[in-house]
Amino acid sequence: MVVFRYDRSFEGLLTAVFDAYAHHEFPDMLLGEADTPPLFFDEMVRIYTDSEKSTRVWNGLKRRISESALYMLPDAWLSELPGVDMLLFKYMRKAIDAPCSIELNFGDADVMELLKIWKSVDKERLRVIQFVRFQKTVDGMFFACVEPVYNVLPLVLDHFKDRFHDQKWLLYDVKRDYGFFYDERVTTEVHLDAKQWDENGRLNEDSAATDELFFQKLWKGYYSSMTIKERINPRLHRQNLPVRFWKFLPEKRK
Amino acid sequence: MNDNVLEKLKTLAESAKYDVSCASSGTTRGHTKGTIGSTSGWGICHSFTEDGRCVSLLKIMLTNYCMYDCAYCINRRSNDIKRATLSVSELVELTIEFYRRNYIEGLFLSSGVVRNPDYTMERLVRVVKDLRLVHRYNGYIHLKSIPGASQELVNEAGLYADRMSVNIEIPNEASLKRLAPDKNFQSVLQPMQYIQQGALQSLEERKRFRSAPRFVPAGQSTQMIVGATPDTDKDILNLSSYLYQRPTMKRVYYSGYIPVNEYDNRLPALKQPPLVRENRLYQADWLLRFYQFSVDEIVDSSFPNLDLEIDPKLSWALRHPSQFPVDVNVADYELLLRIPGVGVKSAKLIVTSRRFGRLSSWQLKKMGVVMKKAQYFITCNELPMHTINELTPERVRALLTNGTRKVDDAQLLIPFTY
Ligand code: SF4
Repeated sequence: MVVFRYDRSFEGLLTAVFDAYAHHEFPDMLLGEADTPPLFFDEMVRIYTDSEKSTRVWNGLKRRISESALYMLPDAWLSELPGVDMLLFKYMRKAIDAPCSIELNFGDADVMELLKIWKSVDKERLRVIQFVRFQKTVDGMFFACVEPVYNVLPLVLDHFKDRFHDQKWLLYDVKRDYGFFYDERVTTEVHLDAKQWDENGRLNEDSAATDELFFQKLWKGYYSSMTIKERINPRLHRQNLPVRFWKFLPEKRK
Repeated sequence: MNDNVLEKLKTLAESAKYDVSCASSGTTRGHTKGTIGSTSGWGICHSFTEDGRCVSLLKIMLTNYCMYDCAYCINRRSNDIKRATLSVSELVELTIEFYRRNYIEGLFLSSGVVRNPDYTMERLVRVVKDLRLVHRYNGYIHLKSIPGASQELVNEAGLYADRMSVNIEIPNEASLKRLAPDKNFQSVLQPMQYIQQGALQSLEERKRFRSAPRFVPAGQSTQMIVGATPDTDKDILNLSSYLYQRPTMKRVYYSGYIPVNEYDNRLPALKQPPLVRENRLYQADWLLRFYQFSVDEIVDSSFPNLDLEIDPKLSWALRHPSQFPVDVNVADYELLLRIPGVGVKSAKLIVTSRRFGRLSSWQLKKMGVVMKKAQYFITCNELPMHTINELTPERVRALLTNGTRKVDDAQLLIPFTY
């Protein structure tokens, strides 16, 4: 059994693909820096992430699969699912070896599996776009906490930049403890030490704009009035609006 | 703004909520410098009400005072309900502030009729004009046109709205006149005609000058109430199909009648809104729009009402056993679409992936085909021959409806998202 050890970055994975082809040796297992190796293995290959190598693999893939298939790879990577790296490795290998593009071969289990993961990531991305609730801060910035199952924050920036390009905003992933700040020009990755919000993502009183709570109240009032009692359907409701988002939604708070 | 606005907002939302259309789809428009917002092609649901409907737009009436007395409407003149009117500036501020917090995709504005149709329409136009021109608001706007409004005002509104709608409400003119004495088909079809003219003219002009103004780029929609009158599904779907032939008609919505005015004995006393029937109509509507069915294939004079127990595609298939089984490895796309359990997406996947080799039932399942249903209507690589022809339609029907959980809704269940 051949084991590759790498830094668990997407670039590192692309580097691993490069090295595998360079030495005609392919991994049966991928390990991160801190992982314990299995009891028995024949060889441990150390991968040193190298941006030149990873760029070459990326460009090579570009020639073999379409752009939409190509971007499924980093998106699926953000799922952070155990084993997704091996799946991506196998997929890239198939893409490189096959005489024609494999992306539409939905009869292939790996192609289908990747598509499935990509779909879940994409769904989570969409949910963040749907359910982000900005709160206005004292200094006129718009702030929101999110807690997505997959690490999709990087995938929603373009949408929010386009839509709210004339307001400063900050999206913060409380689970992964990082976020992005947009200053009406560019987004920057940030890490906040002082948390000015409670466990439901609500801004502290002195951080929120004076009319912020009033608009939340208006929204909640509007939302409750919209329900048609004759049609209540809790199962469908939870399916559309998963409970894990509720605490961040002013309209669902008590 | 103060708590007074909160009360008004609640009252006017109550009054507007029975209009089911909430789509914010149909326009893709990135931001332009100096404006707020964008629209995205498919529309986004920002919340869901407890009845499961999508909340995409701030759906609200400018006022719920109304001089008309439509029997099916909660806002009719003779009802003793709370009435309110928002000012143009209150409405504009609500829209912008909700929008900036990512609560909504945009505004869905309608109104009761006060004084006369044009007076009301003019005030609606003022709101959308203010949003667009003064506040540089670039998000989605759906404006419900007032029946009987003049062409000039409809034309002006169309320059600022993404979509406009005029609700037909009752699928048959005689019933409409009986229930809504102030309305007739003409008062509904005329503004539809204006919207269509405006839109087609703008398309023409934009071919010549790219800078010519857009006119309701997301087209128009309408709504029919289901179950308030004895009209059959055949009446309803024929009207829908007639409306869809008009170039700018994008969506017909169906709204199961909710007895809001129980005292009015022109209306049936329903214990529950006809939700299943409503869902079947949406499914039939999808067959018309995306599955290349014609209306006579779905309902006809010997079969005027949709089967409530099974979806309309399955129902069609059971009535046409000779069309099956379909070989998924060779059949045309159009034919694949006719298989119960195969949706538009899976039909497309089948067509692209069978080039790589013959498909098996396992792969079909992976592509999203509902095999529980489809198995009786297809042949593929290895499937045993238990198709509709050996089993008979009656038996297949029994197998698929057999008391247990409804498998059949999964395929076509239409959420109120698009
Ligand atoms: S005109 Fe519209 S608001 Fe007025 S009663 Fe009729 S349906 Fe209701």
